[in-house]
This record gives sequence, C-alpha cells and structure tokens, in this order.
Amino acid sequence: MSLQASAHAEPRDDFGAKLGMWLFLVTEMILFGGLFIGYSYMRSKYPAEFHHAGSELNATIGILNTLVLLTSSLTVVLAIVSLQRGEKGKTVAFLGATLFLAALFLVDKGIEWTGEIGRGLYPNAPHLATLPPGEQVFFGLYYTMTGLHGLHVLAGMGVLGWALTRVMRGRISRDHAVVLENAGLYWHLVDVIWIFLLPLFYLAA
Amino acid sequence: MSAPSATASASEPSFLVDQGPRHGLLAWLTTTDHKRIGLMYLAAMVTFFFTGATIGIFMRLVQLSSLSHMMTAQTYNALFTVHGVIMIFLFVIPGLPAVFGNFFLPLQIGARDVAFPRLNLASWYFFMAGAVLAITSLFTGGGPPDTGWTFYAPFSIKTGTNVTLAVFAAFVLGFSSMLTGVNFITTIHRMRAPGMKWFRMPLFCWSLYATAWVQILATPVLAITLVLVILERLFGIGIFDPAKGGDPLLYQHLFWIYSHPAVYIMILPAMGAITEIIPTFARRTIFGYKAIAFSSMAIAGVGSLVWGHHMFTSGMSLTGDMIFSLLTMIVAVPSAIKVFNWTATLYKGSIDFQPPLLYALTFIFLFCIGGLTGVMQGALAVNQHVHDTYFIVGHFHYVMFGGTGIAFFAALLYWFPKMFGKMYSRKVAYIAWFPIFVGFNMLYFTMLVLGLEGMPRRYYHHLPQFDTGHVVATVGSWILVSGLLILFGNFAYALFKGKKAGSNPWGGPTLEWTTASPPPQENFATIPTVTGPPYAFPVEPRP
Repeated sequence: MSLQASAHAEPRDDFGAKLGMWLFLVTEMILFGGLFIGYSYMRSKYPAEFHHAGSELNATIGILNTLVLLTSSLTVVLAIVSLQRGEKGKTVAFLGATLFLAALFLVDKGIEWTGEIGRGLYPNAPHLATLPPGEQVFFGLYYTMTGLHGLHVLAGMGVLGWALTRVMRGRISRDHAVVLENAGLYWHLVDVIWIFLLPLFYLAA
Repeated sequence: MSAPSATASASEPSFLVDQGPRHGLLAWLTTTDHKRIGLMYLAAMVTFFFTGATIGIFMRLVQLSSLSHMMTAQTYNALFTVHGVIMIFLFVIPGLPAVFGNFFLPLQIGARDVAFPRLNLASWYFFMAGAVLAITSLFTGGGPPDTGWTFYAPFSIKTGTNVTLAVFAAFVLGFSSMLTGVNFITTIHRMRAPGMKWFRMPLFCWSLYATAWVQILATPVLAITLVLVILERLFGIGIFDPAKGGDPLLYQHLFWIYSHPAVYIMILPAMGAITEIIPTFARRTIFGYKAIAFSSMAIAGVGSLVWGHHMFTSGMSLTGDMIFSLLTMIVAVPSAIKVFNWTATLYKGSIDFQPPLLYALTFIFLFCIGGLTGVMQGALAVNQHVHDTYFIVGHFHYVMFGGTGIAFFAALLYWFPKMFGKMYSRKVAYIAWFPIFVGFNMLYFTMLVLGLEGMPRRYYHHLPQFDTGHVVATVGSWILVSGLLILFGNFAYALFKGKKAGSNPWGGPTLEWTTASPPPQENFATIPTVTGPPYAFPVEPRP
C-alpha cells in the first residue's frame, strides 16, 4: 500500500519475517494434525480394514511421487543457494524445475485418483458402500488428506511461481532473499507432510 | 517510564486525518495503520454485537407464555444458532485482541505498527468476508442453520439447512484469528522499544501474547474440523458418520480441542485490559506483576487440556472423565491468582473512582460468579445434573458477557479518550451501569436457578412451573439492553460532541498515554526508551 509507505520506513526485519513464516507453518502442521488424530483413532479402531484397504492403493505411484517431491525440495534449496551466490540464471532454472516437478506430482496424483474412482473407490460410491465400514473411513481419510495436501501443492506452486517472477524482475535478489527463503520453507512443509502420508496410506498394507 | 523525548509534537496531525494519496472511505479500506484497522474492527463488532443482542431479545420474548407462538420452533432453533455464531465468532472471540490489541499493542510496546501491517489489513478482510458469509447463510440455501453454534455431528451433516456456508464462514473467521495471532507474536518478539524487556511489558501485552499462542495452536484444529463437516456434507466422506464407520464423538473431541481454548482467547485479553485499568485508578503499581504474566501463560497452557469437560455425558471412559475434571479444577487456579492480584492492588491504593474502574470491578464480580459456577460443573456428579440446562447458559453468559463483554466496555471507557481524543459524559456512563448490572443479573442469575430446577437449554417451550423464572429473565433482558443503549448512545454522542480529552486524562502510566490523543500516524515522534517497570506511580504530569 503506497498510502503508508512513509509510515514503515523502518529497517527491514528479515528475522521477523522468518519468525512469522515459522509460526504460520505451525498452524499448517496443526491443521494436518487434526487429521492425523482422526487417522490414528480410526486406525486403532479398524486395524484389519485399514490393512486391507491400503493394499488397494498403488504403492508404486506413491513412492514415485515421494521421489518427485523430495527432488523438488532439493531444487528449491539449490535455487536459494544460487540466489545467495547471486546467480540469477541458475535460480530461475531451479525454480522452474521445482514447478515442473510439482506439476508432475499433481499429474501422477490425478492418474492415481482417476484409477481409484474408476474402480468405484470414492465416497458415496455404490461399490464402496458394500465394503466394511472401516474401509469406507479409510478412503474418506485418504481423499481428504491427499486432497488437502494436493491443495497445498497448488498453493506452493502459486507462491513459488510468484517468487519466480519476482526473481526475474530483480525484486528478489541476494540482498532481498527472505521472500524466496520463506517460499522454500513452505515448500519443505508440503514435502514433510507427504513423507507422513506415504506410510500412513500406501504402506499401510 | 519513558524519556520526555517520546512526546509527539503538537503539530503532527492525528491518524484520523487522511495523510496519503487516498481520501475518505477508500483511505480507510486500504489503510495499513494498526490504529485505523482497530477502529474498523470496532465499528464492525459493535454492529454485530447489537445484531446478536436483538436476536437474544427475540429469544427471550418467545419464552413469555403470551408470546410463545410468535415464531415456529424451527425459527427458534435458527435464532439460537445465529445468536451464538454472531456473538461468539464475530464479537467475543475476536473482540478485545482485534480492537484493542491492534490499537494498543504497538502503542504499549513503543512501536510504530505491528510486524506485518499488510497482513493485518488482510486479517480484517478475512474477518469481514467471514461475517458476510455468515449473514448470507441466513438467507440462502435451505434456510438459516439450526444446529446451535457447536455444529455437532451427526445432525450438522444431516440437516437440510444452510450449515455448509455457515461452517465455511467460521473457517474463514478462524483464518483471520490465526493470522492476527502470527502477527502479534512476531510483533511482541521483534518490535519492542529499546529497554522494553519482557518483564517491562504492560500486562495487556502479556495477555495478548498468551492469547496469540492459543490462536495459533488451537484454531487450525477447528479449521480442519469444519472442513471435514463441509466434505462430509458435500461428498459423504464418512469420518463422522456412524453408518460408514465414522464416529460423531471424534467430531466433539476435535471441536472442543479448539473451542475450549477459544474460551481463553475470549477471556485472557479481557483480563489483560482489567489489569491495565486497576493500577491506573488505584494509583498504585500492580500487585504481583510476574504472577499475572505467568498466570496468563498457565491459563493458555492448562486451558488447552480441559476440552473433555464439555463431553462428560457423551460417553467417555471414567478415567478420561476424571482426568479432565481434575485439569478443569486446576485451570481455575491461575484465574483466581489474577483476581487476588487485582484486589490486592486496590488495597491501600488511593482510589480515583471513574467509570472504567466501576466497569472493571463489575467484571471481577460477574467473572467470579461465572468462574465459580464453571468449577461446579467441573465436578463430575454436578455435571451430570446440570448438563444441557439453563445453568450452563447462565454460566457461560456470566463468563462471556459478564466477563469479556463487560471488560470490552471497561476497555472502551478506559481507552476511548485516547482513541478518539474526545471524552464522553462520565455521569451518563455511571447511569448506564445501573440497568446493565441489574438487568444482567436478573437475566442470567435467573437462568442459573432455572437450570438447577431442571429447565433444559435450547427448548422452544417450557413447562408451566418455570413461568415465573422466564418472566423475570425476559424483563431483565429489556433492562439490560436499555442500559447498553444508554452506554453506546453516550459514546456516539461523545464521538461528535464530546469535550476534547488531553493526552493522559486518567493519569495512566503506560506508553500509550505519553503520546497525543488521538495519536499521530507514526504513534511516537521518536521511539521511546524504556528505563523502568510499566506501572510506575506517580506519573509525571505532562502538558
């Protein structure tokens, strides 16, 4: 806001910006925490059903996607390091690679969901209704948690894409790196949450 | 407490005067000035408060036998739901932090603004968006939600009314609350003036700090719970639906994991405001500064572990019941510490009896009734008897309205001259107190009695034996509202015709009183340097 531009002529506080980001990440973790509580409770209630339902998922795609996301976390780190070294071209390239990997993840996810929906494994499906209650809850949680995670991937892509344009325009640079560092933190959070989702669903069998 | 250089030069225009390229309404809607944002919250919340109060009046009217058919039972269900949603999500939870926290946190710690001014404005827009969605939910879809503000599953996933939109509104409001929490914690960590050590902070700031942590740690749980209700209604994911293997009890747990700590989001800043008022009018430093600061943090901590006491009749294990009962008793201790400290501060003070002090003392009185009836319900045996009766309704109105509501009024009476640079009529503020106090107790103490006699809450009609009680409560609601109208009429009059207030009309010791009333846009001409504790008397007179 240009209106108060004069009011905030104070020195920039990068540490404060980082602190705010970490606090925000705490809220994101607790957001998923509520779902993890629900998962733990339901799994302890229906251990056999969760075991069986987990075998319906495609673990290969799950592990492939894990590798994709882990690699994208690496490219974000490389982008930040390049920025800190003042190598703008490399920063742009690594951010582009991150966005590509993120999109690849979502495409994989889409293929996977399409397959499962095709087999009648989605909430309110006639086929799912014939399965034991524990398996229905498993798929309810599966779609909720991976879906919410997918939305976070989309949000992360938005943030990284926005940061990319700012790097290209020189608004994010070696001396103004905190925005990209915070975007990177957010991306790592998306990654970390997935690391937990993988064993809970794909390796539950 | 501060160097004389903290004085704002008289030539600087106040923040109420547009100083940017934009003017009028647009200047306000695009402002990142924490003081203007605080006032925008204030305007919105006073509107919502009176909307909620009007609905409350109608709820009371139905309980008069002669008017019992003025609306259908379905309408009554919608009214108590909407009354709860408006009062809790739009007034009591955000009330003190959003209005007075925004306005006074930077002033009290000697900063020019909060850490993230634009995020602060975004929070206000989230708040307003949530409010608009909540109000839209009344007129669209299958009609106003009828679940009660708690949105309990499985009814909330089955009812045909517009629960989806109302729940989404609460989700958006939660976002506003979380972002404010992030902002305040960062502000307190990073923006304190030179020399403003942690234990030199005014206690209102400590209470905001504790509140902000609860906002950050608890609100996301509500957010995800509400998302699950929406997904349940839209797609039937089955997590709360027993037919699909889900469990409604899980909903109750997740809901109260947030919503009990939310009670402390409501009361902590209220206690903080009272802690500012008492020393100013006792002309005496606060008794037990650290005890009050730590009790705020203790309430935030222990208060996050007591949610199960809302569910004693829901079918938890007896072990679970007993643990939650014990923790509930324990959380009363830090609250009591504060009450002892306030009264000890008054002891041997040279008391200057002004309207803010009167309302602060009223807070202590009403909050004690609310708190002690809360401890009663923490006992398992009593809880079985009074669960879901008017006793509960009376209890939480004593805490939320007698506590947070009255503290909101006390804070407004205390800081109004600073915010607007005008003084209201003190005489009228005293006059308004009588109907508020009398009406309040007629309304809610009667509810406590009715509840013990067995009147269930949320009932559309009652048995004849409760007639007298209901008449007393309804008449009380009229008296209470007439007092509120006098109080706010007084503020409205003062806004336009009030006498000019000096920079420190009460002789307050904290930093906000060292700058002009209303403060200049930059708060302080030069950032003050703090050399001592916050409540140092006598306060040196200033021109």
